[in-house]
Amino acid sequence: MNAIAALSPYSSSLGKSNIERHTLSVLVDNEPGVLARVVGLFSGRGYNIESLTVAEVAHGEHLSRITIVTAGTPEVIEQISHQLERIVPIHKVTDLSMQDKVIERELAMIKVHGTGDHRSEALRLAEAFRAKVIDATIESFIFELTGSPTKIDDFVELMRPIGLVEVSRTGVAAITRGAQGM
Amino acid sequence: MSKQMTGAEMIVEALKDQGVDTIFGYPGGAVLPIYDALFQQETVQHVLVRHEQGAAHAAEGYARSTGKVGVLLVTSGPGATNAITGLTDALLDSIPLVCLTGQVPTHLIGSDAFQECDTVGITRHCTKHNYLVRSIEDLPRILHEAFYVARSGRPGPVVVDLPKDVQFALGLYQGPLNIQHKTYQPKLKGDIDRIREAVAMMAKAKRPVFYTGGGVINSGPRASTLLRELVAMTGFPITSTLMGLGSYPASGDNWLGMLGMHGTYEANHTMHDCDLMIAVGARFDDRITGRLDAFSPGSKKIHIDIDPSSINKNVKVDMSIVGDCAHVLEDMISVWRAEGHKTDDAALGAWWKQIDHWRARKSLAYRASASTIKPQYAVQRLYELTKDRDTYITTEVGQHQMWAAQHYHFEEPNRWMTSGGLGTMGYGLPAAIGVQMAHPKSLVIDIAGEASILMNMQEMSTAVQYRLPVKIFILNNEYMGMVRQWQELLHGGRYSQSYSEALPDFVKLAEAYGGKGIRCSDPEDLDRAILEMIDYPGPVIFDCIVAKEENCFPMIPSGKAHNEMILAELSDDAGVEIGSIIDEKGKMLV
Ligand SMILES: Cc1ncc(C[n+]2csc(CCOP(=O)(O)OP(=O)(O)O)c2C)c(N)n1
Ligand SMILES: [Mg+2]
Repeated sequence: MNAIAALSPYSSSLGKSNIERHTLSVLVDNEPGVLARVVGLFSGRGYNIESLTVAEVAHGEHLSRITIVTAGTPEVIEQISHQLERIVPIHKVTDLSMQDKVIERELAMIKVHGTGDHRSEALRLAEAFRAKVIDATIESFIFELTGSPTKIDDFVELMRPIGLVEVSRTGVAAITRGAQGM
Repeated sequence: MSKQMTGAEMIVEALKDQGVDTIFGYPGGAVLPIYDALFQQETVQHVLVRHEQGAAHAAEGYARSTGKVGVLLVTSGPGATNAITGLTDALLDSIPLVCLTGQVPTHLIGSDAFQECDTVGITRHCTKHNYLVRSIEDLPRILHEAFYVARSGRPGPVVVDLPKDVQFALGLYQGPLNIQHKTYQPKLKGDIDRIREAVAMMAKAKRPVFYTGGGVINSGPRASTLLRELVAMTGFPITSTLMGLGSYPASGDNWLGMLGMHGTYEANHTMHDCDLMIAVGARFDDRITGRLDAFSPGSKKIHIDIDPSSINKNVKVDMSIVGDCAHVLEDMISVWRAEGHKTDDAALGAWWKQIDHWRARKSLAYRASASTIKPQYAVQRLYELTKDRDTYITTEVGQHQMWAAQHYHFEEPNRWMTSGGLGTMGYGLPAAIGVQMAHPKSLVIDIAGEASILMNMQEMSTAVQYRLPVKIFILNNEYMGMVRQWQELLHGGRYSQSYSEALPDFVKLAEAYGGKGIRCSDPEDLDRAILEMIDYPGPVIFDCIVAKEENCFPMIPSGKAHNEMILAELSDDAGVEIGSIIDEKGKMLV
């Protein structure tokens, strides 16, 4: 979005100082092409996607939940919500960042190469972050870590000097606290 | 209700059940079963166009002039891709269409089969919604849903992609059940508290203006009636976008003319200086607002629209009412009456005085000529000679389109078909064909440019085949005039590729198609020639030779505000270089 907003003289986000990060939860009919509609909307209108997760949440009813982390000015975020609501098979769009208590979680698998001191350092840090070892060889580990995106970022940064090989992340899933649903 | 039949038969059955009497199309391998089913019935008439883009615009013209859903039928691959421009046009102008496309059999999808293309993929971005029908069980529901989605809420084009095996398959047909769509239920009634607040704002306004758009027309004729009532009750001035012309009569006392880039001086100044703007079914498009940060800086804005995403998209408003125009206008009128509101007459009197002052500038005036036909004069004469008839006007895109909007005056909605949002050259002739199919007895005129008309000229053949007496009135300036104008204003008069060289002889061309050709280049002879055109019972190409280098004014130069319009008189002043008025930033805009 940033690149386009800066170029477009019509964009309401000309002053791009007040960019906010929002998590949107989108309940959709799980029909072919629905994900393409959502992703196409973001690319077509020049919005940002920081992360996107999707999975069916009610098999009987063919409902899927898409969680999108995006960034933009409040005006752009409002537009994104309304534009999403226009997509015919979308049931509901909730801006979770507008609710006060939102929990965000992400799962990551992190492969680290190392021997000797590096190995024990990696294990020590993993314990501090409560990461699980899900695979090990003489010279590598794979850690599984669940948490907020920033927690995963922090862990990945710590693993880098030790011997980070690769990271696979799921993207954010989010839900509000309390008894109420979306 | 539910009967066993083939997919192709279901398609025809569904068209009948949806009240469709006319469809526009072009056959091909992937739709042969549907053409076979059409062959065996007489309820639905098929109009054979000459290019699938023509089918889409004809369906648009049919839809826009009737308020019904327009339908087109095209084959897979090139049939579908040829329809894309028309679908995009309908999306931008919110025209309800159902486009049936053939597709290769389901087992071949994805194999790069002959005439296969990913139609739902390609049209995802230029339709309101689209479907690939994978099984005969889904077909009846999808067909009826397609019509529902196309016409409900903010209308738009819907594609139904039909694999050939599904057309042959047997299944149970279901009529249009009163099914509630699972997810798509647009809100029609506006929030009554917001309406009350809006009405209170209106009663307090000192310098109000109604700014109305195509949404009023889409909402149906009742919306136009209610709009007229509300304008009469309040005495407020009213302007409209290109798409909204006719919802308020041009002869009405409160009419300011069209606003925007080529709108009138009084309409744009009223918008700029108002203290309350009431936007009804209009979307603050860039042709309307001009420079955004200088758009009507001192006003409070009320925005009525059925599409929540239109609100605060380009311009932040103070009061939004999401709902259908007719419903909201009706509630506004009853609230106004029930609460006994009165306008501030003293303030309104002063406001109208100011507006009359702007009107006195006569911004649509042009320098008349006795030797050459001025394009504005041609439209004025066309208007005078057709206004008392049952007339529908379509246009192509360019200067002639703007002159038509400025000098042809509309009294009723649904009489004016033009490509606003997409600005599609080649729209007017096929649209006229669609209009004429819906209104066989009416006078249907495409006000055209010599460049635009060549983009879908082949549809003349369709007009001749179906004996559609459409009139193509070409303002022939031998230039892509609008391009030439911008090159004059912005690019130092370097007319790169904008001269229409090697034009056909339009009179002979008309005759070659089996129609009539008329040429006129003498202002003295114009009325007679126009009457000859009107009186001819078949399709006519009228080659009206007009002044070649006339510019379309008034104009808000790109990147400028409503109160920085260029008027024709200024452009005539020696020494004023219009190119110098537009700054570098403005040149970046379109
Ligand atoms: C399909 C398409 N291609 C290009 C354009 C850009 N364009 C806008 S107006 C215009 C010139 C139209 O010329 P003509 O039909 O002769 O109309 P005039 O402006 O001379 O009245 C062009 C090329 C367009 N609007 N549509
Ligand atoms: Mg021309």
